[in-house]
Amino acid sequence: MLATAIILFREVLEAALIIAIVLGASRGVADRGRWVLIGVGGGLAGAAAVAGLASTASALLTGEGQALLNAGILLTAVGMLTWHNVWMSSHARELKAELSAVGAEVQSGAKPLAALAMITAMAVMREGSEAVLFLWAIAAGGEGRSAMGVGAVLGVGAGVLAGALLYRGLLRIPVRHFFSVTSWLILFLAAGLSAQAAGFLNQAGLLPALGQGLWNTSKWLDQNSLAGQILHVLVGYVASPSGIQILFYFATLCVILVLMYRPRWRSL
Amino acid sequence: MSLFRWLPTAALVLAGVAAGPLLAAENGTVITIHNGKFEPAELKLPAEGRSRITVRNQDAMPAEFESVSLSREVVVPPRGEVSFFVGPAAPGRYEYFNDFNHDMKGTVVLEAAGGH
Repeated sequence: MLATAIILFREVLEAALIIAIVLGASRGVADRGRWVLIGVGGGLAGAAAVAGLASTASALLTGEGQALLNAGILLTAVGMLTWHNVWMSSHARELKAELSAVGAEVQSGAKPLAALAMITAMAVMREGSEAVLFLWAIAAGGEGRSAMGVGAVLGVGAGVLAGALLYRGLLRIPVRHFFSVTSWLILFLAAGLSAQAAGFLNQAGLLPALGQGLWNTSKWLDQNSLAGQILHVLVGYVASPSGIQILFYFATLCVILVLMYRPRWRSL
Repeated sequence: MSLFRWLPTAALVLAGVAAGPLLAAENGTVITIHNGKFEPAELKLPAEGRSRITVRNQDAMPAEFESVSLSREVVVPPRGEVSFFVGPAAPGRYEYFNDFNHDMKGTVVLEAAGGH
């Protein structure tokens, strides 16, 4: 039971943390809750579809297909996070003013709501497909099924709780600093996801590694420990990164920073 | 003008450098998941080239082949198979495990061409 709970917790944690960050980052944007729910629903449907394809051993997920699919999902999320951050960089001031005026929500402009739904859907789909595949196997299996079912519910619950805690924590940040904190969080989140995508593209043989495992910090911080996994989501911690991952990480950081601060530089 | 003359050459060289690892001679091998074990538990591959590892799952449970040191992560559906590439990488022992069942472990040993 505990083993199942831990596996499900780990699968759910990444998606939950990502959703908590984008929910926090879009604080004050009207209708965001509904769009995030649409994203969760879409992501679950996508996860079930991927898991279904996997169980029929579809060509999409055998061979190198799976790595390509993962890279595609991750890069889509990176694009959406970039859009979100660029939009926030030019609207943070009005959002801040509105938030200070208790409960009011911003109504103006093309909001990154579609981006919000997409990021949520991608996060849920990527982690969810593994969870669904695992749960199906449990459901199909015989002995110990109910104990594993309880474990699964506990694991999913704990993952969602971790996301909720992060979200509550974010809300405690004073409004004055709030959007700069969340946009930095999104920046590092996007860079980390981009590095993961590079890893998958290398795994599929489409990109050179530019040095496999340039260093290994597993001794100091195991990537599969709880702290390692949280840092993996938040800042893209990889215990043994390849050159191409580092390249993607910093290239993404630079591109998003330039896009975020470009309006400000222009006005100087 | 001279710039344009050597540009195609430079592009070709760059493309060659980028494609080099992709076109390098390929070694292929299979790891089988059978009765909750990786077989063979230890696998030897050359460190220099690029090798394709196919993971074939004969069990009814899905597995997630994961190696932190090789930075590889792939879900293997029940009775399904997936493949991915490793290398070129520094010679050494690279451990992997099943993220859905941490008791299942194995090692990929990358060896230098000269042997020992």
